[in-house]
Amino acid sequence: MNQDIIIKIAYLVASVLFIVGIKMLGKTTTARKGNTLSSAAMLIAVLITLLDKNVLSYTEIFVTILIGSAVGLYIAQKVEMTQMPEMVALLNGFGGASSVLVATSEYWKLAHDSAATMDPIAAITTALSVIIGSVTFTGSMVAFGKLKGLINGGSVTFKGQHLLNALFLAAIIILSAMMVSSPNTEVWMFSLLFLSLVLGVLVVIPIGGADMPVVISLLNSYSGIAACATGFILNNQVLIIAGALVGTSGIILTQIMCKAMNRSLANVLLGGFGQTVGTSSKSEQEIVTKEVGVEETAMLFDSASSVIIVPGYGMAVAQAQHVVRELTDLLEKRNISVKFAIHPVAGRMPGHMNVLLAEANIPYDKLIEMDDINDEFANTDIALIIGANDVVNPAARNNPQSPIYGMPILNADKARTVIVSKRSMNAGYAGIENELFGFPNCLMLFGDAKSSMSKVVSELKEL
Amino acid sequence: MNPENLIVLLYVLVLASFVGFELIAKIPPTLHTPLMSGSNAISGITIVGAIVASGPDVWSTSKVLGIAALFLATLNVVGGYAVTDRMLQMFKKKK
Repeated sequence: MNQDIIIKIAYLVASVLFIVGIKMLGKTTTARKGNTLSSAAMLIAVLITLLDKNVLSYTEIFVTILIGSAVGLYIAQKVEMTQMPEMVALLNGFGGASSVLVATSEYWKLAHDSAATMDPIAAITTALSVIIGSVTFTGSMVAFGKLKGLINGGSVTFKGQHLLNALFLAAIIILSAMMVSSPNTEVWMFSLLFLSLVLGVLVVIPIGGADMPVVISLLNSYSGIAACATGFILNNQVLIIAGALVGTSGIILTQIMCKAMNRSLANVLLGGFGQTVGTSSKSEQEIVTKEVGVEETAMLFDSASSVIIVPGYGMAVAQAQHVVRELTDLLEKRNISVKFAIHPVAGRMPGHMNVLLAEANIPYDKLIEMDDINDEFANTDIALIIGANDVVNPAARNNPQSPIYGMPILNADKARTVIVSKRSMNAGYAGIENELFGFPNCLMLFGDAKSSMSKVVSELKEL
Repeated sequence: MNPENLIVLLYVLVLASFVGFELIAKIPPTLHTPLMSGSNAISGITIVGAIVASGPDVWSTSKVLGIAALFLATLNVVGGYAVTDRMLQMFKKKK
């Protein structure tokens, strides 16, 4: 067998392992193995490429891979679980940047070799790779900045924004056409690169706050599509297969997130949630809340027999997941049943709450999806809401004027008693009042979630 | 690239996308974050492209770009897999 066949077979094996790996990621019991399989696939692909291109002798490639791996491992060990959305955004950006750099490198090689001519197919795939890769890169960097709080995390909108974006898109299409018709004129290629980088920033700045899960999923999908485009440039199937898997995964997650917020993708991308809608008449009414102290909260828990905890982004911000676990243990020791209700868009990325609670050693079979737990609230003594707001706002059910009307919510208000741990009366991301806080069965426990919960825990221990 | 080759690649793309849709639609929400970071690591498959691009013997702009791509792609791959593994390790059933 010649070397070429061996290489092709190795790529095939890698592709199969990627697919099996993704399949195994679908079950909690096999997920870790699936991830290992997929990393083995990557290793095979890398090793075989090194052999194929006879680049084994190049020390600079090894040094680069070594440094890259060391930095990657270091970050992966250091990162806090609350910072996973930032981490994913950052890595996404690197993936996009890498696609652009490969495309640019290939382009440079061809453009500077007078003997080589670039055919239209190659030019189109290069243009696609540059556009998608650039948008992924700068878009992810903006998302990272927003999540990290380096830049305004809210929705940044200005007059003529959509027009400007449309103009950019038109210019990018024209430049791509120019590049395809005369691939050796570098100015087209570099203008295209520049405009695409700027477009990435423009499309992400209007999206903020609770819409971040959508944008992160979407950028995840782009990074896969960028890898696909690179596969077309290099005529490499394994890139196309792996890229397609990532691309579809991102698209599915994006759809799930949009559905969970009852909004269309276009609506999310255009940004400015809640700003276009006039204040509804209901929200203008003064909401009278009842406050509750930690001692009383502890007593309420003591006399309850079932509790459902509704975590939200506020729990992540306060790093309260470990103390919530302590509370759970204490309650269970008293034979009180404790469950967690997870809204699909709670947190800043899909599955964010699940990871935080898993970190705090809460078994995953206690975390229950919205549709499966919503009927249970009515038979529950206490719904404890920690740092969640819009996902429990009854206005989504009964106030057609509310901007979140129609969004599926957790029926926490149906519990006999609702205790809300919240820092202040500030509105949630959607910028609307939550009438739940004024309900007769609702008690507000003001203060930082972590310190409130640890006080409740120590009160409970004394009871 | 000749058109026939392009068609073959398009077949691969379309079929792989269908497989992707089938598999990923079944993944439960609990695992969505590991799915994201794991698939993120997979998108680092551009590392293969980066190796090809950083291959040429002499130092040139093309090679420098390739090396930069290689660095970022390696970071993406290794960081992505390592953090996914760390996360999945934490998912435990009740003992």
